[in-house]
Formats: sequence, structure tokens, C-alpha cells
Amino acid sequence: MELYYLTAHELHDLLLKKEVSAEEICRAVFDRIDAVEEKVKAYVTLTRERAFTRAQEIDRKIAAGEEIPPLAGIPVAIKDNICTRGIRTTCSSKMLYNFVPPYNATVVEKLEAAGTVMVGKTNMDEFAMGSSTENSGFFATANPWDLERVPGGSSGGSAAAVAAGEAITAIGSDTGGSIRQPAAFCGVIGLKPTYGAVSRYGLVAFASSLDQIGPFTRDVTDCALMLNAISGHDPLDSTSAPGDVPDFTSCLKDDVKGLKIGVPREYMGEGIDPAVKEVVGQALKLLASLGAEIEETTLPHSRYALPAYYLIATAEASSNLARYDGVRYGYRAEDARDVVDMFMKTRSRGFGPEVKRRIMLGTYALSAGYYDAYYLKALKVRTLIKQDFDRAFEKFDVLLAPTTPTPAFKRGEKMDDPLQMYMSDICTLAVNLAGIPGISIPAGFVDGLPVGMQLIGKPFDEGTLLRVAYTFEQHADYNRRRPSL
Amino acid sequence: MTEYETIIGLEVHVELKTKSKIFCPSSTEFGGDPNTHVCPVCLGLPGVLPVLNKKVLEYAIRAALALNCEIAEYSKFDRKNYYYPDLPKNYQISQYDLPLARNGYLNIEVNGQTKRIGITRIHMEEDAGKLIHQGTIATSPYSLVDYNRTGVPLIEIVSEPDMRSPEEARAYLEKLKTIIQYTGVSDCKMEEGSLRCDANVSVRPKGSREFGTKTEIKNMNSFKALQRALAYEVERQIAVLEEGGRIIQETRTWDESKGVTLPMRSKEEAHDYRYFPEPDLVPLIIDRRWVEEIRATLPELPDERRNRYIKRYDLPAYDATVLTATKEIADYFEECVALYPNAKAVSNWMMGDLSRLLNAHNMDITQCKVSPRQLTDMLKLMDRGTISGKIAKTVFEEMFATGKDPEQIVQEKGLVQITDEGTIAAVVDEVLASNAKVVEDYLKGKDRAFGFLVGQVMKATRGKANPELVNRLLREKIHSQS
Repeated sequence: MELYYLTAHELHDLLLKKEVSAEEICRAVFDRIDAVEEKVKAYVTLTRERAFTRAQEIDRKIAAGEEIPPLAGIPVAIKDNICTRGIRTTCSSKMLYNFVPPYNATVVEKLEAAGTVMVGKTNMDEFAMGSSTENSGFFATANPWDLERVPGGSSGGSAAAVAAGEAITAIGSDTGGSIRQPAAFCGVIGLKPTYGAVSRYGLVAFASSLDQIGPFTRDVTDCALMLNAISGHDPLDSTSAPGDVPDFTSCLKDDVKGLKIGVPREYMGEGIDPAVKEVVGQALKLLASLGAEIEETTLPHSRYALPAYYLIATAEASSNLARYDGVRYGYRAEDARDVVDMFMKTRSRGFGPEVKRRIMLGTYALSAGYYDAYYLKALKVRTLIKQDFDRAFEKFDVLLAPTTPTPAFKRGEKMDDPLQMYMSDICTLAVNLAGIPGISIPAGFVDGLPVGMQLIGKPFDEGTLLRVAYTFEQHADYNRRRPSL
Repeated sequence: MTEYETIIGLEVHVELKTKSKIFCPSSTEFGGDPNTHVCPVCLGLPGVLPVLNKKVLEYAIRAALALNCEIAEYSKFDRKNYYYPDLPKNYQISQYDLPLARNGYLNIEVNGQTKRIGITRIHMEEDAGKLIHQGTIATSPYSLVDYNRTGVPLIEIVSEPDMRSPEEARAYLEKLKTIIQYTGVSDCKMEEGSLRCDANVSVRPKGSREFGTKTEIKNMNSFKALQRALAYEVERQIAVLEEGGRIIQETRTWDESKGVTLPMRSKEEAHDYRYFPEPDLVPLIIDRRWVEEIRATLPELPDERRNRYIKRYDLPAYDATVLTATKEIADYFEECVALYPNAKAVSNWMMGDLSRLLNAHNMDITQCKVSPRQLTDMLKLMDRGTISGKIAKTVFEEMFATGKDPEQIVQEKGLVQITDEGTIAAVVDEVLASNAKVVEDYLKGKDRAFGFLVGQVMKATRGKANPELVNRLLREKIHSQS
């Protein structure tokens, strides 16, 4: 296989054997970008020069006989809502088209310490609000498996970059499914860690109590390596979990014997494409044949997850996005009469329609006289949803469900119907409300399009998710297929 | 005419003097070139997160304990949302429904009686920046923003509506300032904005149980302004009611130069702050043992100290109140008393000459060049008769100006008292000889004439003659002549 389509751990082996240099890997990826980026449009910004400089540094270390960490020299794409010092960070919004952060997000620092090579900043739905990357303020990204279809969102650029060979791994953020849903649509692995497992410092906030950073990879081993690199307590993030983190590669065991897997019936019912159900059903049969104990279960409050999510997430967003006012950085309307006029014109022109819709919804939900009926009620629903999961995990080690109700949909198909667009996250939202980890792995194909299967775990039990995913991967080859571009 | 009762409650903001800001490591120092005490966090750049400075929590608890509050076991931060260019995130991290502390009080003196003023709550929040204009905000072609103050820690102290006059409100604010200063958590400088005060005011017919409609008064930048603004507002409200009008619930601003309160915004224009829990910070679970540790380090507070001065030093209540008005004054007093046991003499000098000179030079006691040792050395010189009380005043002024020891000043200026009877007697003789007419007047019963003769003797000795000796010798010699 071409270098750009290998996994990080395969490339690491080649680097150690000196069969390939970090610079050659970097060149392979940028050559691939030159070949396909015009069609995929995964990147907002490419950091080509920096990448080659970094790759050469790694090569010098290898030549000097230094020990290199497992991700050293691996080209990684970063979602453009994660701050990178000296490199434009736009959130795919006109509002931040010129914003250059003076600091790195903690994950960026950690990835640099791990020796990775940043390829560039990936396209996304503006401020991570959307499920197709069509809400980008700049351009839409295509699904590498079918250029007429969306890559999912909001981390569509990161998922597409990994699927198309424009990066080896990538970083995204997931507020209601924004890693798992595009991972499913693009046939790659996407993990949303437990809330607090990965520092949010430097992640431009959409909904602070739901946002979490996570990796996109081509196999589960790479996912464990990326999680090792980015997780851990950060004193700069008060919500980051204290304590040490395990070596997640130690969880990569081909063994699910006796493991109890619950299948929530709410995720396999109405609204789920029968072809998707069929793929998930086959996957369950495979896991059962490997010794997992599979049983149907229930998450009774699931149907309230979407309304609760769209109240809590938008309420927080209405406040988080208030700082974009043209005073200090980013876009400013220059023809304003006074400061209030400047605020209004800047925000009217700088934000796209979906962002404005959510700011209005969230502002309304927090307003005097509506707070109790909407925001407070949604918080109560959130508690009930969390309790549903707590109860399920008394009995099961992991839960299994489709990642999305359908495979990737056509571009433009849902742009005029926000509710339909929101429904594409119906299987992933509740996991963010509960703050627990979820991983999407390739589980099959329908009409040449990848279908994702989601594993949901107990808080800070990413290890068990990785173990089940790894076992599945050893007995199915869906993650080894590559799109023809 | 109806008699009215005034109801006042105060909302006081106090800046805590921690080294770094409430949610980031930037300096809290006052002054500094614009936008030099800032970092990505207090500038609210995209992606940054707040982390609570534990010192802020400690200082806030300290102040709350000094104000007799109950400290919450569970507290949290909330976001207060409003748009203003000096607020980088366009929300302020504050506390809404679960403040740090509740149910406190402080005592004020009203006509010799102690009155307890309730404190409803104390919460922590971050300060905003400052807008700078060319000329006035209305005419300036632009606004500049200085974010140095953004994120400086504040506590907001909300009183019960327990005050019944502008004087009581002023007494409350002065007492609050004293107590907070004693705890050492703030400088409480109104002129630098580290102590700020808004007032809620209403009036009602005397005897009425219901509150009248209140107005909120802002922009009072000194104790005097507070008292004047409240007095004006009370009169204004009464005048409106007397004319058969209604008070409109609104926020008004004090115009210092015109001496009036003016409407700022009505209730309808009031902000909807859309408070909700700050998701970037975790709730505070406050360890009881830690609270007790902080309580144990509280200094003796003004009321206790004042009572001790009355009992232990036998000082009048007035003296004790003045000497405990700030921790620094009280510390100075006690250092003096440790060196010189006559507390009333120390008190007289501190409340008299020292206080007068400090006021005249617009200084506070921490800037005073005269140390407690020097002041008491001077008192000892008086006791020994080396200098008279009159000379002491001259010596003290010199000490205040130069910081020199009293002995040195006395020697340099030759101010040692003349107590030799023969020396003084010779001067008295000269004075009597050259003022025969005055002596005659005195003998005819003109008492003032005697004073003139004393003055002449003092003049001739450049004030150094022992006054008692001068008096005695003058009397003896006049009567023996006649």
C-alpha cells in the first residue's frame, strides 16, 4: 500500500527499520494532498514548510540514534477550532478568518511533544455547528468515498483527510457526535473520550459542558496511540480529570469472551435505515461468535436527548460566542455608527445562518421567564439520560449501537431542513450529555458507502471500548479498505 | 405633612489585593501602561479557560468571616451575560444563586447606640476593563480599551435594607472599609476604585410596613458623595410623593458637579443577564477545616480592639474609636503604649498634632516619618522637664518634617528648658524694671497684664523658660515690690 495509506504504527516500524524517513512520509502525504485536495477540500490551511522542517528534525533524531516516541514523524491534521500558535485558527468562520492565536492548545503541545508533524488545519462546520461540513464559512468538504456526498460533520475535514490519505491521523472535536458521525461516514475510526479525559484548553468552545477533543485513525492501535498522546490532566482546564492515565495500548487484546454487550433498543428502532441495522446485526453476530454476551437493553429517555441537547448546547454557545464582537480580533464591520451598531453589523455579517440560528435559540432558552421551562428542564433531562446509562452499565460492560441512522447523505440534501440535519446525530448526542466515551469503527458497507458502529463505555473506561473495537478489527477488514479517488 | 422614613441598602464591590488575577496569572497591580497586565485568558481569546486562583477564595472567605457570614459548603460560579467593550468575553464570571457567603452583619454607632446592619450575601466575581475617551464619551471620536483591570478579583457585599439615613449608610460603608482593611485582603481605596458602592434607596410614610418603590444610585466615588447623593435622592423622592407623583423604579447616576441624581435606565431597559452555571469551572466544595484555619488567622477586629482600649487603657469611647479606625493607626498606638504607659497622653498627641499634620500633608500614618519610639521619647523629655509642652509642639513639627530624634532637635536648636531659678529671676527683674506701667495695671486688677509679663519673659528666653517657674517668680517679685 502507498505510504500515505498506512497506519501510524506501520510507519513507525518502517522508520525504526530505516526503510523510510519522516521526510519521505511527509512528502508522500503532501504529494497526495496535491493530487486529491482539489476534489476533497479537507483543509482550510496547510502548514507544508513547517511540516517538512519538523519531519527533518525527527530524521536527525533517528540518525543520531535517539529513541523516538511511537507517533514521531507521523503527519497529523488538526481541526481548525483548535488553537495553533502562529497559525491561523478560523473555526471555518468568516468571523475568525484572520485570527492567529498567540498560544497552542494543550493537545497541540502534547502532539508536538509526541513528535507528530502537523499537516494543516481542517475544514469544519462553522464553530462546529453542523453535521455535514457544508456549514463551513469557506467551502464544503467532500466525502472521499463519494464526492457527491458529505463527509459528515462537524469534524468533516479531519475525517476526510484521514480517509483520503491526506493525513495519517487527525484530531477533531465532538460536542454531539462531531467526531463519531464523520468517522462513520468516512470509514475511519473516531473516538470521543470521556468528558475531562482530554484538555479543552485551546479548543474554541461551542458548548463547554459537552465539547471533547478526540482522534481519527485508520485502526484501533493508532487510536490507542493517539489517546495516549493527548489525554491526561491539564492544570489549565479546571474540568480536566485529575490522576494518571493508563497506557491504552495495553488494552489492545483480541478477546471479548464473557464481555457483556448491551444493545439499546431505542437505537435500533424507527428512523434507522434497515441497511444500517443489517450491518450492525452482522457485527453483533461476529462479536457473539467470539464469545461476547449480547443482550438487548433500554435507555428509556433517549427520545428526549435531541431536544435537551439543542437547548443546553445552544444556551452555552450563545454565551461562548458572545466574545466575537469585532472589538479585539477577527472580523469587524468598519461602517458602524457606534459600538452597538458595530456589534450588530459585525455579528450579522461574520456569522453564518446556522450559527445565528443556534445563538438565537440558546439566548431564548436562557431568557428571563423561559429559563425554567427550557434550560433548567433540559438539565433535568440530562440527569435522567445519565441515569439511564448508569443503570445500563450496572449490567453491561459496553453498549453497542449504529453511529448514524444512515450512511453519508448527498450534499445539499439536508441544508434546507435543520431538523433533518440534527437527526443525523440522533445516535451520538446522548453520549455527550452523559459525558461518557464513545467510539465509531467501520462495521460494513452499504452501496459502497461505509457504515459505522458505535461502542459506548463507562466513564474513563476507554480501555474496554478499545479492546472490543480491536477484537472486531482483527476479525473484519472494513477498516483496511480505502476509497478510490 | 406626612413624615417619611428612609430605607437604604448598599451593594459594595471590593477589589481583593491578590498578586494575580482571579482566573489567570496576570498581575493585578494598579496603574501600568494600558494592556500590559494581560494574557490570553483575561483577554478572553478563543479557546482559553479560566482557572480559579485559590488565594482569591481564601481572601473572600477571610472577608466574609470578618463580616460574621456563614460560609457555604457548596458554591458555584455563573455567567452574567451582557455586551460591553470593556468585558472581553461579553459575559462576567460571577456567582448567582449559590454565593460564597450569607447572613452576616456589622455594627455601626448611631447617636451613641450600637446598630446592627445585616449583610445578605457576599460573592466573588471578575472585574471588567476600562474605556478611555478623548474628552467625554459623548463627543470622543473613538473609544480605547484598557484590559489591565479585567479579571482583577472582586467581592460584592450586599447589605440588607437596614439603613435609615444617609448618615447611617456612610457609617456602614466606613465601618465596612475598616473591617476589610483589618483583614488585609484589600486596600479599599475609593479613589483608585478598589472600593465601589451602589445604593438602593426608597422612602415610605413613617409607620408603614411596606417598602416604597426603590431607585438604584450609581457613580458615588467618595464617602461624601455617597452621603450627598443619598440625601439628594431622599429629598427628591419625598418631593415627588408630596406632589402626588409616583417613584419610578430605575437606575440613576449621581452627578457630582451638579449635585443631583439623574435617570440612567428604567426597569424596562434593565438587562436580562441570562445567568447560567459557568461550565468551564467546577463547583466549589469548601472544606470546613480550611474555613476554621482561616478564621484562626483573623486579626483582632475593630470592635473588639476598641472595647479593649476602653477597658485596658481607660480611654474615652471617642478616643478608642478614632484610634482603631484603621489597623495601622491602632498598631501605631499600641507600639507607643508599649514604650510609654500613659495611654491618654499618647492618644492626645496622636489625635491632636499628629493627626493634624497628617491631614495637612494628605498623608496616612504608614507614611509618617515619626516612629512610635520617637514620639514616646519626646513625651519622656516633657516628663523629665527637658522641654515644655509648648516647646514640644515645635519639636514635634520638626520631627514630622525631618524624622530626626527629639533629643537631636532639642540640642541642635538649643531648646532645652531653662529651669535654673537664678537665671529666670534675673530675666524677671529686667522685665519688671522696664514695664513699670504694666505692673501698675496688674496691681489695679487687670489680669491680662500678668499674661503680657509672662510673654515678655518667655520672649527674652526664646520660650525656653520653665512656665511654672516664670509664673511663680513673677508673682513673688511683684508682690514683694509693692
